[in-house]
Amino acid sequence: MENEVKLTTGVVVTFAIAVSALVVLPYMQVRDVKPPEGLKPYTSAEQRGRAVYIANGCMYCHSQQPRSESFAPADAKRGWGRASVPGDYYYDKPHLLGSMRTGPDLLNIGVRQPSKDWQLGHLFQPRAYVPESIMPSYPYLFEIKDKADPDEETVNLPPAHVPPGKVVVARPEALDLVKYLQSLKRNYPILPPEPRDTTGAPAAPAAPDAAKPAGSS
Amino acid sequence: MDSALLSLLGAFLLSMIGLFAFIWSLRKGLLVENPRAASVIFAKGEIGRVDDPALQGSDHAKLQAAAHEAGDSTDGADAAEIADRVAADRSSAFPVFMFIAFACMWLLFGGIAGLVSSLKLHWPDWLVSEAWMTFGRLRTVHLTAVLYGWITNAELGIIIWLMPRLLRTPLVGTMWLMLGGALVNIAIASGIGAIGAGWTDGLEYLEMPWPIGIFFAAGMVCIIGPVLYTLVNRKTESLYVTTWYHTAGLLWITLLFIVGKMPGVHFGVQQAAMNWWYGHNVLGLWFTPVAVGAIYYFLPKIIARPIRSYNLSLLGFWTLAFFYAQVGGHHLVGGPVPGWLITLSIVQSMMMIVPVIAFSINMGLTLRGRMRLGLYSPTLRFVMFGGIMYLLSSLQGSFEALRSVQQVAHFTHFTVAHAHLGAYGFVTMVLFGAIYFMMPRILHFEWPYPKLISVHFWLASIGILIYFVFLSYGGWLQGLAMLDPARPFIDSVVVTMPWLQWRSVGGALMVASHVVFVLHFLAMVLRLGPNRVGAALFADQGKALGVAHGE
Ligand code: HEC
Ligand code: HEM
Ligand code: HEM
Repeated sequence: MENEVKLTTGVVVTFAIAVSALVVLPYMQVRDVKPPEGLKPYTSAEQRGRAVYIANGCMYCHSQQPRSESFAPADAKRGWGRASVPGDYYYDKPHLLGSMRTGPDLLNIGVRQPSKDWQLGHLFQPRAYVPESIMPSYPYLFEIKDKADPDEETVNLPPAHVPPGKVVVARPEALDLVKYLQSLKRNYPILPPEPRDTTGAPAAPAAPDAAKPAGSS
Repeated sequence: MDSALLSLLGAFLLSMIGLFAFIWSLRKGLLVENPRAASVIFAKGEIGRVDDPALQGSDHAKLQAAAHEAGDSTDGADAAEIADRVAADRSSAFPVFMFIAFACMWLLFGGIAGLVSSLKLHWPDWLVSEAWMTFGRLRTVHLTAVLYGWITNAELGIIIWLMPRLLRTPLVGTMWLMLGGALVNIAIASGIGAIGAGWTDGLEYLEMPWPIGIFFAAGMVCIIGPVLYTLVNRKTESLYVTTWYHTAGLLWITLLFIVGKMPGVHFGVQQAAMNWWYGHNVLGLWFTPVAVGAIYYFLPKIIARPIRSYNLSLLGFWTLAFFYAQVGGHHLVGGPVPGWLITLSIVQSMMMIVPVIAFSINMGLTLRGRMRLGLYSPTLRFVMFGGIMYLLSSLQGSFEALRSVQQVAHFTHFTVAHAHLGAYGFVTMVLFGAIYFMMPRILHFEWPYPKLISVHFWLASIGILIYFVFLSYGGWLQGLAMLDPARPFIDSVVVTMPWLQWRSVGGALMVASHVVFVLHFLAMVLRLGPNRVGAALFADQGKALGVAHGE
């Protein structure tokens, strides 16, 4: 090859094809997705909790994308919920789909584990509830004191995990984070059914229009 | 027909047509081999003369003897061409040194952060008292430090060193390069600080907050300018393979970073698609092409034989360009994204076998009969190891992209093992080899303790093999446990425990190898150790400087 103009043109063309296929087309396809009726926007406390989730990198161990029954049946059986659809992420900025499941999927943790006490205690010391867990403990989201102030939330831990004569109180970050976790519920019905890629074939080649990805162009 | 399916077919056909159009337009002598173009890395009369600056005089002579073949030219290399090379090397020495020095610092730092993250996965209550120490942050610090700090700096150094050499012209715009390097490293350092403090954009591989990203993008623009300007002012007629890969890589990473970091454009599922488009393209359009380009230079140069087939490398380049850019969707198999996007990515992942095989055949043929030179040259050993791992990691990747394999492997440590086979076994090992070759030419000083190069090689290669083999196995068990509804989730955690511990063992060896490498580098920079100026030793007729530059 002798010509630097051909080289750079080729480089930019390949790049442009890839941007169209993987960035622009998906954008056009999901641009018009509407939020499902059952999905509420995050409250400001939940939004703050979401920021705590991001800042502490929970998404590097927890995905938020249950797979469909036909592709990975265990997901639904574990109570992780139905396969998610684009509309479920309507309010998610940035997305937190995740790429690891060192821990369970959390898209429906608010359904599976609504208890605030459990969530706070689990964040303080996961091994108080699941002895084999390798989730880090987050003591910096809590304070250990002699006595809680009236406006503070005491965490109800199994006794062996509280230093004798002390109480564990949750910092505001921990309370917000738990509010966010409790808000993670994608158990409302969705229509049309899942636009998921489940079989070996390209999605829905012969299916009726309703089965196409929502907002398909 | 379904419109989504149509767009899928469209993108695929477009890449195929584009690919053939490009190869056709460059067809000049496509079926006739082009040995002249393949030999531009040698000065006239230089083929047959091995070159490994990391070796001392007597070891270099052994390497030369082992490589000798009947019919090799014995006249000296063309003096004018060597003079060009000396001038080229001199013009780039300072900026290249800066990039490599930064790279070494980040390597040491990032490797330690990786090891601590790895230990935390089996000692979950270790170092938890402060927010910056938590796994989620430290792991991301590791990633940013090794991907942007180490690989990116080292690759920039290699590009800037090889461009003038291959174009036989001095580098222009050194000040811009220094400015660019400073901006890039300021961005990396502040990005790492921000992540430690909990300020992150939250997208994997794009964590660096976007206001800091502006510095990174500006730095890359400052670097591209002088490189392209040098390209336009070249003295050679044809562009060598390495130059294609390096020019392309630089343009790609800059465009990628700008599209990926664009604030306020991406959202929801589309953002996830963009995220992984970026994620695999950083690997496929930046780390891989620059490392492959480096192999295309250093491997033939050390063994003193031009690459076997220039045309095969052309095919390899354009297939990589057309297929690799579209594989990002394979990170979302089973996810809530349009099905056609994933299918497209899986198809292109399989198509990636073409460039990988083209590269491997070419290198295999070039090396034929000279593989044993690896016994004499540790630099060659690093580069060959990297080349083989490129083949293995990419083949693994192509099959890993299939739905049936992703069903098990996705979301598990199996992916992490593959990630290190590629980013460490392949890219990092090639970078090590390249640095061993370049530094004596940059500093005019030999590596003070050549034995340490072998120590480094064995620690790093045994370390990565332990890391890869054990973690892949553990990751696969994890995936099977997770897929089985009859087993509780915690089983998938418990089965990985021994393998996570083995990963720490492998990782500790790798970090130890980094310590050896960086100390050796420091000793060289500070001119410690036996005082040997590289040039003096294998000079025969007082052409000291010329010899130092690779005759
Ligand atoms: C090192 C990986 C890791 C990190 C980081 C991590 N977790 Fe976990 N998480 C786990 C593992 C493993 C489990 C399963 C065992 C258990 O319940 O403790 C788990 C379980 C959970 C559960 C219970 C899920 C269920 O189905 O019962 C919640 C809720 C949770 N994590 C929230 C978080 C939050 C919030 C963060 C960030 C502050 C976080 N995790 C960070 C590994 C991790
Ligand atoms: C033909 C070439 C390749 C193909 C088809 C391929 C395919 C894949 C697949 C399917 C995954 C798993 C994604 C997931 O489960 O989430 C993956 C992950 C990864 N690959 Fe490759 N791979 C290839 C080559 C490489 C090379 C050469 C490198 C190194 C430079 C590399 C680095 C990575 C990394 C770092 C990840 C982890 C991404 C993450 O989840 O953070 N791959 N690859
Ligand atoms: C310098 C070379 C290295 C490079 C280029 C590199 C690259 C990477 C990449 C790309 C990832 C993301 C993988 C993913 O998300 O799938 C990663 C994660 C990781 N790396 Fe490395 N790495 C290097 C060295 C090390 C070393 C020496 C260790 C020590 C054990 C290590 C341990 C880890 C750990 C623990 C993770 C996190 C995995 C997880 O999220 O579960 N790395 N590294």
